[in-house]
Amino acid sequence: MEPILELRGITKRFPGVLANDHIDLKLYKGEILALLGENGAGKTTLMNILYGLYSQDEGEIFVKGNSINIQSPTDAIHAGIGMVHQHFMLIPVFDVTENVMLGNEYTKPGGFLDKLKAASHVRAISDQYNLNIDPNAIIEDLPIGLQQRVEIIKILFHDAEILIMDEPSAVLTPQEVEELFKIMHSLIDQGKSIIFITHKLGEVMECTDRIMVIRGGKVVGESTPEEANPETLATMMVGRPVELKVEKELSKPGDTVLQVENLTVVNKNKKIEIDDISFDVRAGEILGIAGVQGNGQTELVRCLTGLIKAELGTINILGVNSTNFDPRKITELGVAHIPEDRQKDGLVLPIPVEDNLVLNTYYKEPFAKGIVMQPDVITNNANELIDDFDIRTPNSTVSVSGLSGGNQQKVIVAREFSRPIKLLIASQPTRGLDVGSIEYIHRRIIEKRDEGCAILLVSTELDEVMQLADRIAVMYRGKILAIVDAEIATKEELGLLMAGISTQISGEKRKPRKVREIVT
Amino acid sequence: MKENKFSKINNFLKIFLEEVSRSSLTYIILAVFTGLVLGGIIAAATTQDIYEAFDESFIGGISASLKFIWKTYSSLFLGSFGNPSKMVSSLFSGDKAAMRTAFKPFLESLVVTTPYLLTGVAIALGFQAGVFNIGGEGQLFMGSIMAGWAGWTFKGLPPIVHVPLALLIGILAGALWGFIPGWLKAKTGSHEVINTIMMNYIAFNLSQYLIVGPFQDPNESFKTRFIEESAHLYRFFEDPLRLNIGILIAIVVAVLAWYVLYKTTWGFEIRIVGLNPKASKYAGVNSSLITILSLTISGAIAGLAGSVEMLGVNFRAVQSLTTGYGFDAIAIALLAKNNPLMVIITAMLFGFMRQGSRVMQINTGIPIDIISILQAFILFFIAAPAIIRTIYRLKEPKQGDLTPQMTGSGEKI
Repeated sequence: MEPILELRGITKRFPGVLANDHIDLKLYKGEILALLGENGAGKTTLMNILYGLYSQDEGEIFVKGNSINIQSPTDAIHAGIGMVHQHFMLIPVFDVTENVMLGNEYTKPGGFLDKLKAASHVRAISDQYNLNIDPNAIIEDLPIGLQQRVEIIKILFHDAEILIMDEPSAVLTPQEVEELFKIMHSLIDQGKSIIFITHKLGEVMECTDRIMVIRGGKVVGESTPEEANPETLATMMVGRPVELKVEKELSKPGDTVLQVENLTVVNKNKKIEIDDISFDVRAGEILGIAGVQGNGQTELVRCLTGLIKAELGTINILGVNSTNFDPRKITELGVAHIPEDRQKDGLVLPIPVEDNLVLNTYYKEPFAKGIVMQPDVITNNANELIDDFDIRTPNSTVSVSGLSGGNQQKVIVAREFSRPIKLLIASQPTRGLDVGSIEYIHRRIIEKRDEGCAILLVSTELDEVMQLADRIAVMYRGKILAIVDAEIATKEELGLLMAGISTQISGEKRKPRKVREIVT
Repeated sequence: MKENKFSKINNFLKIFLEEVSRSSLTYIILAVFTGLVLGGIIAAATTQDIYEAFDESFIGGISASLKFIWKTYSSLFLGSFGNPSKMVSSLFSGDKAAMRTAFKPFLESLVVTTPYLLTGVAIALGFQAGVFNIGGEGQLFMGSIMAGWAGWTFKGLPPIVHVPLALLIGILAGALWGFIPGWLKAKTGSHEVINTIMMNYIAFNLSQYLIVGPFQDPNESFKTRFIEESAHLYRFFEDPLRLNIGILIAIVVAVLAWYVLYKTTWGFEIRIVGLNPKASKYAGVNSSLITILSLTISGAIAGLAGSVEMLGVNFRAVQSLTTGYGFDAIAIALLAKNNPLMVIITAMLFGFMRQGSRVMQINTGIPIDIISILQAFILFFIAAPAIIRTIYRLKEPKQGDLTPQMTGSGEKI
């Protein structure tokens, strides 16, 4: 069978980097091809060449057997290629139809927009692929998962045959990911072809027909979900054997470090975000908070770290009533915080790596004497941490915005772990990171636990919580429905709790395991 | 001992140059150059003689234009710097009167630079903290009128007490004018752009009232009394040269502001609040306090600018609507990428142009406004870097720009 799309010997050089090195790729009609690789492996560069955002230095592109020259996204669209970007290209205040028709407007005689015709076209596409999108909805009112579908409609509106999806699951909740996979299958059932860019092994195994692994700009292997297993794929991707399992001993909990009693948080509109919850975390244990995004986890972490105020209840850290302390006082109690949104909360992107590494200790000895900062000390500190935590950066003075997501997260982890801490509050510590970085951060968190640090881990990735936590609390609509020992929890039962369907766990004791396996 | 001093100066120069180059000096020079070229074309295009020359022949028109542009810029240069050959010959002759005349344009340009430098630093400091202080003009007015009040009210004080006292009162008045919008922004989320503009109007009208009301000179309408001799800032030369110690004060303030911003924990806090208010909160910085303080200090420095003008140059306030310093200062700060050391250079650019354009108007009949157009061109190119990059085929800067994010209207920080 002739491939619908073929790339032959695509090579792209950037100053000092060979981003793509003679890449060959074939995509057949009606299949989902996974392009798997770590951040910076060259996946996105390759797709940007295909979409006309870059032009290749060498190599040829064939669509349905004909060599074509793609100079711009317009050329790509004409060739039937469409791309769903990781960061959506939508105008928030426009409605769905306006966004979809932008750049390809239907007009009535006299140059007036024919929005009705466009809207009916949008509705037809939505119905055909079960996308369930209202053409008149305003983009900013839609959840992220639906916004992504609007991006897909945009492509289909241009009659694309080949869809490129750049890390589409990175921004979605687990439920939305499931929905996305259904949509992808409905697309290929109707004759479309998809290139699915990702670094998540679980997704690759779950929803693709063929897998191509890229590392360092080269194709390093091809496989199918039937033949491959997560370990071999991870090894291909990273270039060395990767521990997908984190070795950990049973916890030896010590004294209570964090004690939360009857905590209630309301938002600006007086809506209850956290509803009368109580729990504690002891030294040397990890309490995992599982739950679907948006069930109060964000507010819980922000309240514990002093970023928002509690309405009722008390927070005790190391015996100190720290309810409504400001963030600095809480930090000074020995609390570390890995924030959910690293770029918005955790880093000041335009300033150097070395300054970000002292973002919450800059005013203390030895980084400052009085009010005078000590640049040499700050630089030395940065160089040590860059070595210790394997942060990939040209030097300590480049701005942190130039680092990859994984390395930005390592900057935060290095900063938070480098001072003596008693309590770590980690929110989505590995979101959007590649396998190598996830492995690394997980290992560091377990190390901290074994040093006797109390850890509160919040993650919407149930696998991550199940792998790391010693006890698991499930949050649903601002309440903690149950706190269970991780040894007896099963994925199915936790899933039901997360969905709010059940409110307790059966409690049937399974055989304790020392090592738990996850698929990232 | 002497060597040590030298290496210190050397070190300082090195830091200065580093800072300048970090703000991509080439880029700014190219923007100024392009502005000068276009300003020249506009100046020629608005002159009748040029059209007549073009009517006769194309070549003639071109040469007339070039001659005209040359005349424009050379008189701008003479007006702002003075005539180099006269300067040299006056120095050799040793004739004091000749020296004064020869150096007057340069020294007067420095006089004009002083308020530009202070207000420029004031606005730059605000920008660094993420606040857009459009109220420099009002803060300068308040500083000026209150420094004046202290200047004529207290009598019989020795200069060593009177001058600092009057400066301090002017600074406090400006600080109050900055504090109010800063406090409103931090506590209620109301946007500082609106509030500083409103504070400008209050300052204008309040000072106009004071000038024709309680502060009016009993012998002369629409003017205040003169300040006491003891409140005069030290002048370096005899009349009519007005260059005073204010320029040194301004340079010290600029260097101090740079030091605080880039070398101290306070400056670190100001910059991270300006660049990412959310992360600054995470880092434990009291961002409301920083916002209030930055606008207050910004107002204080603008108030100092007004005080220096009053005590060093004008000695009395006259009814007028605006000096323009506080508004031009926004451009000066942006041109300097909000780096106080760079402000020294950009304030000189504006000060020298302002002084030179007066001479240019007298010599060539070209209206002063052409300088505003020229400055507008320069700012336009600074604001739209892509144009300059395309014209001169410069490469994109690799690192992220250090432009602070402005918090939107109604956002409480």
